[in-house]
Amino acid sequence: MTPLLKVENLKKNYGTQIGCSGISFNLHPGEVMGIVGESGSGKSTLLNCLAGHLQPDEGSVFYNTKTDGLVDTILMNEPDRRMLGRTDWAFVHQNPRDGLRMSISAGGNVGERLMAVGERHYGHIRENALSWIDQVEISTDRIDDRPSTFSGGMQQRLQIARNLVTGPRLVFMDEPTGGLDVSVQARLLDLLRSLVIKMNLSAIIVTHDLAVVRLLADRLMVMKSGHVIESGLTDQVLDDPQHAYTQLLVSSVLQV
Amino acid sequence: MIQLRSVSKKFKLFNQQNAIISVIENANLNISPGECVALVGASGSGKSTLMRMIYGNYLATSGSILVDGIDLTKAEPREILEVRKRKLGYVSQFLRVVPRVPTLKVVAEPLLSIGKPETESLEIAEELLEELNIPKKLWQLSPTTFSGGEQQRVNIARGFAYEFPALLLDEPTASLDKENRDIVISLINRAKNKGTAIVGIFHDQQARELICDRQIDVKKFTPDINGSDA
Repeated sequence: MTPLLKVENLKKNYGTQIGCSGISFNLHPGEVMGIVGESGSGKSTLLNCLAGHLQPDEGSVFYNTKTDGLVDTILMNEPDRRMLGRTDWAFVHQNPRDGLRMSISAGGNVGERLMAVGERHYGHIRENALSWIDQVEISTDRIDDRPSTFSGGMQQRLQIARNLVTGPRLVFMDEPTGGLDVSVQARLLDLLRSLVIKMNLSAIIVTHDLAVVRLLADRLMVMKSGHVIESGLTDQVLDDPQHAYTQLLVSSVLQV
Repeated sequence: MIQLRSVSKKFKLFNQQNAIISVIENANLNISPGECVALVGASGSGKSTLMRMIYGNYLATSGSILVDGIDLTKAEPREILEVRKRKLGYVSQFLRVVPRVPTLKVVAEPLLSIGKPETESLEIAEELLEELNIPKKLWQLSPTTFSGGEQQRVNIARGFAYEFPALLLDEPTASLDKENRDIVISLINRAKNKGTAIVGIFHDQQARELICDRQIDVKKFTPDINGSDA
């Protein structure tokens, strides 16, 4: 089976400082992979390299496109990569303000991504936006309100709606539940989980919250100082960690 | 159906003086379809470790573990997940669910995940919950607030919703009253008669006698505690 994403020996340095190095893995359709590690371990650098937000120094990121099969997205020209980012890919930022336009309405935020792929019929756009706002459990009568009037949890859910409206196949998420209170987190996770199953999404989730990966991720990569030190099935890595750092990480979680 | 070949397990605890704990050594086990094997032994002897290795939660230090011919010690994560979906079920002692999901959905989930139509899956779930005496008015609630015995029965219903060819049971009758215990035992025997291979831990001796074909004392896989091996 052809993987959806095939990463080979990816490396990114900041001057002499290692961002991430020697990263290789395959992601298959419908697979959800978590990347965990302490802050500064290179998780976000890696995610941004994969999503085309950062230019890596070495290595390749092959994506299985609908039309041409596996294509190296790093060598791809800019318009094609942007098109990918608007259609097949989605990126959920930690801070919803980075992924939303705060000064246009919630409906406009969802509709914009549809218009970017060529949808022009206002009625269809609005209908689609309404259905998505409802799916992410935001009351539909808030569709004309600006996201700046929304709570943090609602903003995050709106960002997810905006990202998923074009039916992406691969979603990158950077700490999707960071900065939200626990009850909102649980609700968001449950929502994400059901959407991932329903839409057969593949996803790469960067987080430092082990409970999040336990719930969402099929498999796990543990990073430290820019390198992947351990990877495998999520519950195996969490229940029987093989590396000293992972053991420390797992045993440091506070029991509730 | 389930085969263990010279399986051993050592835990290395890096953050606790690099202690190495050898739990299982040279375990060989063969479980055929329709056979039920009970793991027995004192607490700490490695029964759960053995079960978790079969389920792929723990990595085997050496040896191979085959479920329906697939070697789990060499399989990719997605292959293990596929085995768990279609071949190997696990009923743990404690229910672990996503908050907010209603009981009926929790039980039907293993069926939905293999693509069975929703109405059919929910029907099977309803039948099981009814058989296990979970009051109908609880079906639409999340099981997180249920009593211990109810949670365990929900867990069992979930484990038996799909007819797995191989099943791991961790104390399925532990916190149940006699009536419900008998129901669970008949459920297990029914699965057995349909050809399910079962490995279980049963502290309840009576249940063990009613279900199991043979017992394996895990002690014979346990290295001598005093013999130091690194």
